[in-house]
Amino acid sequence: MSLSKRIIACLDVRDGSVVKGIKFEGLRHAGDPAALARRYNREGIDEVVILDVTATIENRKALAETIQAVAREIFLPLCVGGGIRGEAHAEAAIEAGADKVGINTAALAQPELITTLARRYGSQAIIVAIDAKREDGRFKIYVRSGQQGTDRDAVDWAREAADRGAGEILLTSIDRDGTKQGFDCELTAAVSSAVPIPVIASGGAGSFDHFVDVFTTGQADAALAASIFHYAEHAVEDLKAHLHEHGIPVRLGAQKSDVRPVRRSLGEGGSQKSE
Amino acid sequence: MRPYRRQETGVRSQEPEYDRRLRSICLDLDKAGQALRVPPVSCLLSPVSFEHTLVIALIDYGAGNLTSVRKALAHLGTTVTTPGTPADLTSAGGVIIPGVGNFAVTAALGPDWRAAILDHIGRQRPLLGICVGMQWLFDGSEEAPGHRGLELLAGTNRLLTEAARDDERAGDSTTGPDTGVGVSRFKIPHVGWNSLHLTRRSWLLDGVAEGDQVYFTHSFAAPVTADCVGTTRYGVDFAAAVELDHVGGVQFHPEKSSDVGLRILQNFLRKVS
Repeated sequence: MSLSKRIIACLDVRDGSVVKGIKFEGLRHAGDPAALARRYNREGIDEVVILDVTATIENRKALAETIQAVAREIFLPLCVGGGIRGEAHAEAAIEAGADKVGINTAALAQPELITTLARRYGSQAIIVAIDAKREDGRFKIYVRSGQQGTDRDAVDWAREAADRGAGEILLTSIDRDGTKQGFDCELTAAVSSAVPIPVIASGGAGSFDHFVDVFTTGQADAALAASIFHYAEHAVEDLKAHLHEHGIPVRLGAQKSDVRPVRRSLGEGGSQKSE
Repeated sequence: MRPYRRQETGVRSQEPEYDRRLRSICLDLDKAGQALRVPPVSCLLSPVSFEHTLVIALIDYGAGNLTSVRKALAHLGTTVTTPGTPADLTSAGGVIIPGVGNFAVTAALGPDWRAAILDHIGRQRPLLGICVGMQWLFDGSEEAPGHRGLELLAGTNRLLTEAARDDERAGDSTTGPDTGVGVSRFKIPHVGWNSLHLTRRSWLLDGVAEGDQVYFTHSFAAPVTADCVGTTRYGVDFAAAVELDHVGGVQFHPEKSSDVGLRILQNFLRKVS
């Protein structure tokens, strides 16, 4: 028995709909974040991240509604990221039901924001997201959704973010993102071994073995993916079974059915799974 | 199970732990100038049926956001109030003390709150401490040495790595790093899903199976004592769930622990009703 490696599903959301990898048939509201979150919960996902991919001011209200809708459906840790530029955005996300907020560009621009938010909500609520790319033999940080390079080194910045009060690091490899070639284990291990806080690996998940690699070679504490879970039903359960077979500690066993909400049902098929 | 620390101390060990602590609660109440509504100790040992309505008071003392706890309780069909003053606790069927972050936040639970909470407990009404709220039930925490806990449960909360190091020094061969795969050390905070080891019969963990996993996020933890109903291992064994009669506490977040967590909250609501 030990701490499980977490499997985290990312919902890329725009105007209240999930925008990535929705081809799943048979789900009534294919692009509905709440319906997808409900399915993941049933399959045993450990955590959910809502990433606002538009992150414009006009969409803030839509985002809050999405957070509320997802938070109503699942009783799991919920992180919200994308366009959180200051305390007010973080506050709105947390008030809507987020347990954690992910800050990226804003954290780098004003590092004291990490400390301010950590003091207010506790470090456990503050995830510093880092997008890194290999350049000249090091891992360079990019901001503004990977559009703009900086001269900061990912390992150094992760260390500083931890010192400033970040509770976790969400580390995305720009080189691997969307490639399905596997996580950048070298990057993940470099950051994970440098900081005393948990590191969530992201970018490149294409097969179950990629997760095995990132939890062993990559020393990741958690791994995040989006489309690999969207496409196939039971992907979360199958992935966990695979990890378990490879000796990686995971939380097994999807939903139990004996806790019935009083006012509403858990939704379609809420208890159809048996262990 | 490890010997219970306070039972080792001289004459007092002959007095049943429960009675002794209840007496100290009464004493505290007396000091606080509260009317003693606590019946004689012998009466408290028999079950009491509650006739009040199922209202849960969720104490908001500024320790993080309460949205998720409130949401989980609403999902289970409960009316949740956030008491504005300690006096509001008198109308509550059950009290929940949530909390995240630093133990020092519990300083906001000043003498008036302490008295009202002890009064609630003395009236045989259920209470649940979550995370820092559970830690507060103990004597104190190394995280904030100047701050007293409620001192209902014996022991001090310690940093997980320090506890693990001490165990290793003591030569406990079973406490080698629980490496998992590819992890050579324990990161702090302890974040994520970990297993419960059930140590004794419990109303709080009723229906929870050995090895069921729940969601933790914390750096400090309470020691394993006779009050533990569930322990978890992260470098060292620590108290994951505690119970003293109708007072319960969980180090993990039941509101974030999916079905297992909802089950535990439901058990608490059953205790209240």
